[in-house]
Amino acid sequence: MINILVEVRFHGRGGQGVVTAADILAVAGFKDGYHTLSFPTFGAEKRGTPVASFLRLSDKPIVSRDEIYYPDYVVVMDPTVIGPVKVEAGLKPEGKLIANYPKGSEDLKRAMGVDFEVLTINATKMAMEHLGRPITNTAMVGAFVGATNVIKLESLVETINEWFTSKELAEKNLKLVEEAYNYMREVCGW
Amino acid sequence: MKKVVRGFYSIAYSVKLCRPDVIAAYPITPQTEIVENLAKMYADGELGNCEYVTAESEFGAASILVGASATGARTFTATCSQGLILMSEVLINAAGMRLPIVLVNTNRALSAPLSIWNDHQDSMILRDAGLMQIYVETNQEAHDMVPVAFKVAENPKVMLPFMINMDGYKLTHAYEPIDLLDQEVVDSFLPPYDPPVYMTTKNPLTFGCYAPPNYYAEFRVVLQNAMERAEKELEKAYKEWAEITGRDWGGHVVTEGVEDAELIAIAMGSLTGMVRNVVSELRNQGKKVGLLKIRTFRPFPAKEIKEILKDVEKILVFERAVSFGYEGPVGMEVKSACFGLTPEFYSFAVGLGGRDVPGEEVMKIINEVYDGKVKQGFHFGTVKPFEEVVV
Amino acid sequence: MVMKITLGGVSKPHSSKTMKTGDWGTEYPVVDEEKCTACKTCEYLCPDACIVVVEKEDGKKVAVPDYDYCKGCGVCFSVCPAGAIKMELKEIYKLEVC
Ligand code: SF4
Ligand code: SF4
Repeated sequence: MINILVEVRFHGRGGQGVVTAADILAVAGFKDGYHTLSFPTFGAEKRGTPVASFLRLSDKPIVSRDEIYYPDYVVVMDPTVIGPVKVEAGLKPEGKLIANYPKGSEDLKRAMGVDFEVLTINATKMAMEHLGRPITNTAMVGAFVGATNVIKLESLVETINEWFTSKELAEKNLKLVEEAYNYMREVCGW
Repeated sequence: MKKVVRGFYSIAYSVKLCRPDVIAAYPITPQTEIVENLAKMYADGELGNCEYVTAESEFGAASILVGASATGARTFTATCSQGLILMSEVLINAAGMRLPIVLVNTNRALSAPLSIWNDHQDSMILRDAGLMQIYVETNQEAHDMVPVAFKVAENPKVMLPFMINMDGYKLTHAYEPIDLLDQEVVDSFLPPYDPPVYMTTKNPLTFGCYAPPNYYAEFRVVLQNAMERAEKELEKAYKEWAEITGRDWGGHVVTEGVEDAELIAIAMGSLTGMVRNVVSELRNQGKKVGLLKIRTFRPFPAKEIKEILKDVEKILVFERAVSFGYEGPVGMEVKSACFGLTPEFYSFAVGLGGRDVPGEEVMKIINEVYDGKVKQGFHFGTVKPFEEVVV
Repeated sequence: MVMKITLGGVSKPHSSKTMKTGDWGTEYPVVDEEKCTACKTCEYLCPDACIVVVEKEDGKKVAVPDYDYCKGCGVCFSVCPAGAIKMELKEIYKLEVC
């Protein structure tokens, strides 16, 4: 036992699959042998309103069910929630913010006025190319896995394959996940 | 087989394995997906001969189950909050008629103001209804307690409705690995329901007939006796469950570090895990604190609780409800169980209407009580500053 | 004898026939056979199904209340279109006023 506890907070808007992103990673993490727990913020589930979801991964059973106030990672699905929502709240100094943000990480750092590690990816564009719809959750889980090494890519691929009942949709999403993953590997220099 | 599932599903799947005969339900957040999952299983032909009735209200759902249970059917429903309150008239009758209906209450606050979020105000109001009540900490515990509930409810020595309380959202909406039970395991634990009495069209019976003053009291004595027997039977079922599945959730109560504790923190439901964490952290710092998790709330394990608390200096109860005009209901029960002892008593109502209870808040409360920084008695947890306009 | 309490007080129902409720009421209906047109309005509306139009020996049809079950609610009295029913106070309720 090495006492891992990874806490991730996801931000986006209702309808973008913010909850699903955390759920997919909970399954993938479970496949890697972690205890996992994911849950949404319990708001009125309206399309378009800012929502958050949470993910805990641990090598010990997870007993805390409070929201995540000091995340190791923050994943932002939608650039427009940055600002209205203080997405970086409580992010640990050594943590990472992984955002769907087209103008690049330097721009985002300046805009937010923060100096922790910020990684960006144009997930909306990638999603449009692969899915024809601006649903960024699979791209962002790929980006998360690429940027963090917390979960194995194979486990994520296996999860995505199980998640989508339609084979066609699974394949499209897999391509998207892999592109986002590879992009992040490159950005991180891995 | 371990699978990552949502809390709802852990319940629905377990209900399926219990081979229910009649499910009647009316949707209410955050319960709906339990019966949605069951409805899907029903539509997919996975529930055998089970009848699934969509009722016109919670009152209707409970009434349908009373009728079904009187014919000897194994019955299940799920509800919460206003739905539970609407059911209450029927459930109180079901207790008096000794019908072993099992329900899952996904704890949610009560109106007004309208809140769809979690606390324990709904189930606490049914404290005196004659239903057995347990509170679960995790979805695995919830999953495991469904067969236990049927077993004890249908035990001929008991024959009472059984309500499993699981925190709305905190558990229902959580997505986590659950070791899903096998059909054979449940079958070996839970025999088919063998009703001591039941009616048919050829053998009509009267359930819940009227009792004038010269009879009524005796029926209530009998109900109390059944609850007393339930305490033993439930304990037995908990043990048997641990033996069969290897998952030991403990008895009516579970303790940690109480032997030398100066302060014992008491919690029920999904908050318990957090309190346990904080308590063990404080013990590592050398503070003499312990945890008492109450699993069974009705029948209330008063003797056991008194025994655990007999030498402690401070009792701290984390309440999830308030009995307006007095204090938190769990604290009231604990104090009454401790009659004759003279510990200091503190209680804090936290997480009302779904307000998140961070570990820091639990830590702060325990520390302040431990260090003697708060007055004895009932308090509200974190509340924003506000001005009350009294005309 | 010690009282026996069955589970949940479940019991064999009194069938409505053996359960005579005729002594519950304070008033009872009296049908004026001359006025009764045998329209059956009372028969349809009596909540206890205890006023029934029957054919008498002379062939005349009239409404006849069954006092074993009549609870004296007065529905028949209020619905009778012919004004053929009046409600009377039972003897035991006629208290003497000094
Ligand atoms: S008084 Fe009422 S119960 Fe009696 S016959 Fe008339 S309608 Fe029926
Ligand atoms: S309603 Fe009046 S007229 Fe009609 S059957 Fe009854 S008593 Fe006779």
